[in-house]
Amino acid sequence: MTKLKDGCVKPARGPIVPAAEATAQGERTSQQEVMKMQARVGQQAPDFEANAFVAGEGFKIVKLSDYKGKWIVVCFYPGDFTFV
Amino acid sequence: MSTDSRFVHKIWQQEELSKMVDGGVPFPMLSDAGGRIGALYGVYDEAAGVDIRGRFIIDPDFMIRAMEVLTPEVGRNPDELIRQVKAFQHVAKTGEVTPSGWEPGETTLTPGPDLVGKVWKAWKP
Repeated sequence: MTKLKDGCVKPARGPIVPAAEATAQGERTSQQEVMKMQARVGQQAPDFEANAFVAGEGFKIVKLSDYKGKWIVVCFYPGDFTFV
Repeated sequence: MSTDSRFVHKIWQQEELSKMVDGGVPFPMLSDAGGRIGALYGVYDEAAGVDIRGRFIIDPDFMIRAMEVLTPEVGRNPDELIRQVKAFQHVAKTGEVTPSGWEPGETTLTPGPDLVGKVWKAWKP
């Protein structure tokens, strides 16, 4: 079995707010902005960075916009080891 | 993606998923610490502290094309997900539109003045 890597030494950033918005609104406000739903069909996907486990690779940080140029499916679910 | 840590993802893959899917699920299992990404996508349930079932199709230009959000009790239909991705890919390539329940190879429609009131002729469900 290949040795799995741990590429999550630094924490992932979570939601990525556009730079212009973050500087104009200040750090606190931009943090609150982030918690509002921004996903809409026909609009740009909100970008994010997350810690991940990838089969055969190990732990790594995944950034959504690194997949730009491909068809992407993002799936949320309530929790590992749940039943459905 | 769920609010579980990457460590829990690893053990779930190892102990359970790899027994359901040969080699385990091949895509990255993402951790949404604190539900911050879920909140951004409108699927974070604050009372329960988890992300509910939400599924988003994003095209190569990074535009969200489809979303489906369910309360947790009912599972999703991967066939329908794949059908939608194929339909969006077909539309992006050809400029045609796909009627209800369209599957690859079936009749598509080309919108325009000539089609108004004539869909019944072009498409039989």
